[in-house]
Amino acid sequence: MSKRIDVKDLNVYYTNFLAVEDVNIEIEAKSVTAFIGPSGCGKSTFLRTLNRMHEVIPGGRVEGEVLLDGDNLYESGVDPVTVRSQIGMVFQRPNPFPTMSIRDNVLAGVKLNSKKISRSDAEDLVEKSLRGANLWNEVKDRLDKPGSGLSGGQQQRLCIARTIAVKPQVILMDEPCSALDPISTLAIEDLINELKNEFTVVIVTHNMQQAARVSDKTAFFNIAGTGKPGKLIEYAETATIFSNPTVKATEDYVSGRFG
Amino acid sequence: MSAVTTRNLPKNSSRKPGLTPNGRKRNSLSKGHLPRWATPGIAAGSLILGAAASTLGGFSVVTFAIFTAIIFVVASAIITTVVEGSRRGKNALATHLVYAAFLLALIPLVSVLFTVLQKGLPGINMHFLFHSMNGVTGAIDNASVENGTPVLGGAYHAVVGTLLITMWSTLISVPVGMLTAIYLVEYGKNGPLARAITFFVDVMTGIPSIVAGLFATALFAVIMGPTARMGIVAAVALSVLMIPTVVRSTEEMLKIVPNELREAAYALGVRKWRTIAKVVIPTAISGIASGVTLAIARVIGETAPILVTAGLANNINVNVFGNWMATLPTFIYYQILTPTSPTNVDPSIQRAWAAALLLILMVMVLNLGARLVASLFAPKKGR
Repeated sequence: MSKRIDVKDLNVYYTNFLAVEDVNIEIEAKSVTAFIGPSGCGKSTFLRTLNRMHEVIPGGRVEGEVLLDGDNLYESGVDPVTVRSQIGMVFQRPNPFPTMSIRDNVLAGVKLNSKKISRSDAEDLVEKSLRGANLWNEVKDRLDKPGSGLSGGQQQRLCIARTIAVKPQVILMDEPCSALDPISTLAIEDLINELKNEFTVVIVTHNMQQAARVSDKTAFFNIAGTGKPGKLIEYAETATIFSNPTVKATEDYVSGRFG
Repeated sequence: MSAVTTRNLPKNSSRKPGLTPNGRKRNSLSKGHLPRWATPGIAAGSLILGAAASTLGGFSVVTFAIFTAIIFVVASAIITTVVEGSRRGKNALATHLVYAAFLLALIPLVSVLFTVLQKGLPGINMHFLFHSMNGVTGAIDNASVENGTPVLGGAYHAVVGTLLITMWSTLISVPVGMLTAIYLVEYGKNGPLARAITFFVDVMTGIPSIVAGLFATALFAVIMGPTARMGIVAAVALSVLMIPTVVRSTEEMLKIVPNELREAAYALGVRKWRTIAKVVIPTAISGIASGVTLAIARVIGETAPILVTAGLANNINVNVFGNWMATLPTFIYYQILTPTSPTNVDPSIQRAWAAALLLILMVMVLNLGARLVASLFAPKKGR
């Protein structure tokens, strides 16, 4: 239940502004790929093009191809809703639906689409997803309480549970730990390691130790200056990026000598 | 120094640090303060001076209150400036001016409530609530005045009319207004059409109510002939007044729903219209509900548009699609302007005040209902 992603010659625009230029990258199935780089270099923008969330922003458009197991996401006639149900996303700030209970938050992907689901199937799905997100033991006694009553870290794991409940092929995570404390961060990193067995995971992070801890491969993005497009500088095994990078800018960045 | 003082008194460990033996605070950070009784003291002084000043030009409560307020605001500002410094002086001036503005704004409200309660309560009884004016003539009013019997005739028909007409105008304007707001916020994206709609909604907000009434009359005159006077015409007129309010409040409420929630739903593979219907609107529904209620409260007291659209009836009419209808405002208007008995106007005036009280109560119940709805629908908090 996971697919690979191949990106070919992708340019990402905001109206006429070229934000990310000419990205070519292959993301293996059942692996964790980390995107690192300075702020504003287009990591998050690029991540959002992988499940067509970029075009939700007014003026957002792309040129090039993103292939999910060989199928181009941007071919005409592809419904972005289908794409997003296969490629889930976890955001920087935990955003559980405030009107829904914990249970309904997990079932949101099913219920909002008005798919019929039997009560026992729903219970199974809730438990499986919450267990998958390492949250079951903490919330099993209060599934009917609102999701907004949880702590930040729990909310973020609830969002992950909500994402895996729709059984996607790929999970994109946009700085999922940047609003969390170290303990919650650790919980989520452990979770990412487990998710790898079932899903393809792509994570954007500002924390280089985190990239080193969780990812199999790392992509370094950089920007030449304000107003210039961001570029993929180097993409390799995480160990290579952190110990023996081929590009000078990567070495400067990962060793903290940047700028 | 104070630290030394406390250290010298080890036995009184319960005493707070910074207090001298006689319990008074001596803190170098808090010196130069007016004592606590200063404000009440200045107020008492202002009362006396205000009373004295107002007697100069003939005593009246109004001049007494005005003089007292002015003296108090000025005196407390000056005294605070002298004792505590100019920053605190300005603070005192601003604080007291804010309170004064608040009291000033409260005066009409309290006065209206008091007058309506005082004059309306005697007229409220089961007969008034559950009988119409059908068959109540000047002779009956004259008889009740001469014999001292209870006033006959009530506002039941007007209450029914008010509720029905307001309900129909709500049924018309809430879907139209909400869908317009959804278009503006979720689909229009500040395009030319959205900007044009926003402009016309703003223009509609300023339409005088009588013009809305004439519009509805003219509209139905075209469809059904010039004598079309019935509840639904009034409902259309009121909805012309309600729609812009509903659009505006719904728009504001939808705008404050965080974009993150929409993105979260999209990322789960949820379609846009389902996201709007099941995530955005439920999140904003409490604000929308109170906005709608305020819009209802705004039109429920309209008189002019009702007169030109629904006419006036003395009998109970529950059919908005036929015959004339009365509402509470038109009932009040006619009872005051053309009393049922021109020689004995008191019964009519009593009925008018009672109807006014009824109208205020209805608006109040609506507002309470809005609060209830808002708290019922509000996003749940807590664990």
